[in-house]
Amino acid sequence: MSVISTWFRDLYETTGWNFVYMYEAFEQERLIDGMISTLQLSAACLVLSILIGIVGAWLQDSPFKLLRWIVQGYISFFRNTPPMVQLMFFYFGLGPYTPAVDMGGWQEPIIGSVGWAIISLSFFAGAFNVEIFRSGVEAVPDSTQEAAASLGFTRWQSYVYVVFPLALRVSLPALVNNIVNLVKTTTQAFVIAVPEVLYVSAQMWSDNVNVLEMMITLFAFFMTVVWLIVIAMKRWERSLAIPGYGTQG
Amino acid sequence: MRLFKRIPGIDSPGRSDFPVLAPGRKSNSLPIRFAGLAGWRPEVKAWHVVFAVCLFALSVGVAEAQTRVDYGESVFTTLWRWMPLILKGFGVNLLISVVAMTIGTIAGMMLGLAQVSQLKGVRAISYVITQFFRNSPWLVLLFFMTLTLPFEVRIGGTSYIIPDWIKATIGFSLPVMANISEVVRGAVQSIPFGQWEAAESLAFTRRQMMWRIILPQCFKRMLPPWMNWYAILALATPVCFIMGVEESVAFAKQAIDAEDGRPELIGPFYFFVMTLFFIYIYPIGRATVWLEKKFAIKT
Repeated sequence: MSVISTWFRDLYETTGWNFVYMYEAFEQERLIDGMISTLQLSAACLVLSILIGIVGAWLQDSPFKLLRWIVQGYISFFRNTPPMVQLMFFYFGLGPYTPAVDMGGWQEPIIGSVGWAIISLSFFAGAFNVEIFRSGVEAVPDSTQEAAASLGFTRWQSYVYVVFPLALRVSLPALVNNIVNLVKTTTQAFVIAVPEVLYVSAQMWSDNVNVLEMMITLFAFFMTVVWLIVIAMKRWERSLAIPGYGTQG
Repeated sequence: MRLFKRIPGIDSPGRSDFPVLAPGRKSNSLPIRFAGLAGWRPEVKAWHVVFAVCLFALSVGVAEAQTRVDYGESVFTTLWRWMPLILKGFGVNLLISVVAMTIGTIAGMMLGLAQVSQLKGVRAISYVITQFFRNSPWLVLLFFMTLTLPFEVRIGGTSYIIPDWIKATIGFSLPVMANISEVVRGAVQSIPFGQWEAAESLAFTRRQMMWRIILPQCFKRMLPPWMNWYAILALATPVCFIMGVEESVAFAKQAIDAEDGRPELIGPFYFFVMTLFFIYIYPIGRATVWLEKKFAIKT
């Protein structure tokens, strides 16, 4: 460990390339915390947005017109407005109206910046997921659903056990794109001071004046995360494939 | 230098004596009939507008209920007063999006064509560039550009300061370039291989094949995703306010700060910015969906 840190310190002293987090424990901890919070934020938004997508796609098939309208309105709103302004609207605009809890001396809102980032980004990515799952559901032949209905499945049961598992396979490629997009969008939580990796890096490059080094680190980090997601999803897609169904034939 | 040999019957009058090779009607030989676009209706139903207005009224109403009496001015009047400034900022958003899209499209076309090049080296390099800019977050690229581009440039003895918005525009055009590159590559590869073979059998050169046979067919396929990327870009432009570019969000924030100590303004002001984007982007989104349906291959 000390060999590596010495090497990076030497690198800084001889060439000026300052990868400060490689030889200073404090900065290292700061960066890793940032990376972890980006990953946590992404994971939380991923789960929530997929849930929103599943329920939303189901509601879009609802026999109640009002429900379909609400879902459509939700999708239109979140797809056609800037995600960063959504974050600011939720955090600065709605934040002050949430109940505050007494933290022994000062008042702290129940939902902090991380909470609002999760809510806002989940709704944002969820709007896309609804459409993605929706097109998957549309690709499932009506006769499949009718067959399920004739076997006595309720609408929700046939959706959960028959239609959705087939739709998922159709929508996976588009879903991968949206997940990658979501991970990249988490950087915009910068604007409401969520201590994710970009926010932490910005602090580090203003403390150490090493913009380029931190940029390289950020690029490498996001490349790795995106690459891992794509690999994992490809593998999952292959394991889910049903012979004779979908593009894999 | 002439890029192409003229092709009789396509861009010069037909010269053949054989009736079977006589030039077809001009309108049929055009790759895309733009006239089709005139039939487009944005399909904005009444409830879309009602919904947006209700949401806006609700947010203002909620804020209104919280207004302290001593100010005397309603949230809506305050918003009305600041509206010209925010609209001016929105103009900057549009300017950035249009310029970045233009740069991104031109660069992306070149990069995309490099991705289907016959030279292995060119293909590999353009693939790496595309993947790099496609997978990096926009905000990181934006920081990268604003912090690493020089503060000023010297041209012929005089130095020009590069304004922040130009740096931001360059920062935005990079991810657009990479994504357009993928769109171009995907479209070229989606053309059935028979088209290449048919063109080859008619003794077209590679350049002629690309420009006369393949790309005109791609154009139709590329239009919906291209519009989609424009919408995504336009929705990303407010991010440059972090870099100090004076656009709609920056002005909205300044307005809120200037109206010191009125937290009830924050929601409606940001909501107003969102409404502006909604009004601009929604028709583009509908048009994209409409075009996708129109161009979809019937199965």
